[in-house]
Amino acid sequence: MAETQLKAFNVNFGPMHPSAHGVLRLVLEMSGEVVERCDPHIGLLHRGTEKLIEQKTYMQAVPYLDRMDYTSSINNEHPFVMAVEKLLGIEVPPRAQYMRVLWDELGRINHHLLNTGANAMDVGAMTPILYLFEQRERIWEFAERVSGSRMHTAFYRVGGVAFDMPAGLAEDIVAWTHTFEKVVEDIEGLLLNNRIWKQRMVDIGVITAEQALDWGLAGPQLRASGVAWDLRKSQPYAAYADMDFDIPVGKNGDCYDRYLIHLVEMHESCKIIRQAIAKMPGGPVRVDNRKVSPPPRAEMKNSMEALIHHFKLFSEGYRVPAGESYSAIEGPKGELAVYLVSDGTNKPYRCKIRPPAFVNLQALDMMSKGHMLADIVANIGTIDLVFGEVDR
Amino acid sequence: MMQALTDLGEYISSTLSQDVLAAEVLKGELMITVRLAAVQKVMTFLRDDAQCLFKQCMDVCGVDYPEREQRFQVVYNLLSLKHNQRIRVKVDTDAETAVPTVTGVYSSAGWFEREAWDMYGIRFADHPDLRRILTDYGFEGHPLRKDFPVSGYLEVRYDDEQKRVVYDPVKLTQDFRNFDSLSPWEGILPGDEKAERKV
Repeated sequence: MAETQLKAFNVNFGPMHPSAHGVLRLVLEMSGEVVERCDPHIGLLHRGTEKLIEQKTYMQAVPYLDRMDYTSSINNEHPFVMAVEKLLGIEVPPRAQYMRVLWDELGRINHHLLNTGANAMDVGAMTPILYLFEQRERIWEFAERVSGSRMHTAFYRVGGVAFDMPAGLAEDIVAWTHTFEKVVEDIEGLLLNNRIWKQRMVDIGVITAEQALDWGLAGPQLRASGVAWDLRKSQPYAAYADMDFDIPVGKNGDCYDRYLIHLVEMHESCKIIRQAIAKMPGGPVRVDNRKVSPPPRAEMKNSMEALIHHFKLFSEGYRVPAGESYSAIEGPKGELAVYLVSDGTNKPYRCKIRPPAFVNLQALDMMSKGHMLADIVANIGTIDLVFGEVDR
Repeated sequence: MMQALTDLGEYISSTLSQDVLAAEVLKGELMITVRLAAVQKVMTFLRDDAQCLFKQCMDVCGVDYPEREQRFQVVYNLLSLKHNQRIRVKVDTDAETAVPTVTGVYSSAGWFEREAWDMYGIRFADHPDLRRILTDYGFEGHPLRKDFPVSGYLEVRYDDEQKRVVYDPVKLTQDFRNFDSLSPWEGILPGDEKAERKV
């Protein structure tokens, strides 16, 4: 048989591909079945969030952040309100701090559920996502009970949270965490020692600790590579300093380790949720400062002062002293931060959002080089892509 | 913590006195302003020096100040896992002067610099792959500049006759409304300062 010269060719992966987790377009340079270079084309979901936030008052900007990572929207609001609170010099009441911890962890679980389920589905296990989505539905129901909205909650406000917990919700959440841990164990039973799952995940997309640091990774992707780093422990915000929980750390930095980290973090989040509810102090959920947080509806009906404050807050908003702040939280997929520049008016001058998924996707080329096309799917699944956040 | 940051700022500005123009701690955050040509040198120092060890570049972004002579500012947010500290490095530039890329120091800066180029038109010298990243293929202009209109210039629609997507100039059925609710009075009325004064 005559010798043939194989030429590298390009494959367009996406933007409409079920395992691209949204609108990711990958241009893959292939040599046979092996990927030589992978060039993500992003921005198909670009909405100009940062530009829009510059046009809105600080209060109006919060719902835009919900639309970033729509799998765990409540977490996105946290760095923004933290940044504004820092510039205003506001101390958030303790009850609100605990509620933020509670909802941050529910958001983290919500994200990890989708990520684990979708990742399993991408590599061929159809069952987990069906069970896990049922649990997501439960979290959305909790969110609806506390904020009135299932997904885009706009729940965190500058100076606290929007509403107090309705009666009975805390008990229901605690009861749910126990049944939920059983579901996670069921999923472990399906995947943990599954031969096919391991074939697809172990030793795929290995990131060393050096590489992870160089590529700016944080969160589960950094911990899977063996670096014990979690902002909840190292730079505690909200009420995390009072919580007792463990940080899972991986060894090999491959897809399987990243999957394990997600799994263990769901159990740890349940621990934090139960502690946050048990330790939650009483008191107000929003700062008692009428220049920042609106007066209660009832007070407005018969107090002139309250009416004026209400009108001022919902027209002009509040002025934030000139300055800048970089506020970061440990989001479900890594360091989620907002770099906020204020010029002393009622609108942010610049609001840069640091999306962890954007950074994770940047590292895809590095971790996928030399892998088979099908392994790209496993890699995409474990780096937690959500395109609302990558593209902003 | 505050003292440690102040000390670190003094250490950096004394070691690199030629290149660091200013170092200050504001709101508990350390920021230094750096001479444009020395960005790579300062970044390498911050990454490798035993007292700094800012191994991670978490964020790079542009900020637009149109009224300044050097209208753009590139802001790098670095994180040191070893010392559990953050630092913010700022560089001023204008629309023509290219900022030396730091992709050689931090790989994570690659896409962030692409984004700053896309959004603000800030140039980065020697960047390995300085393409647009978030905007449409063939997009013109830099949307996050303060003089770029929020509604943009072009809109897309599917043209049924040509059977393809076409670009049209933006047509708004209602004029763009910018609600400026900022009170013009606050802080400028004579006697305002008395409200704050202790009697």
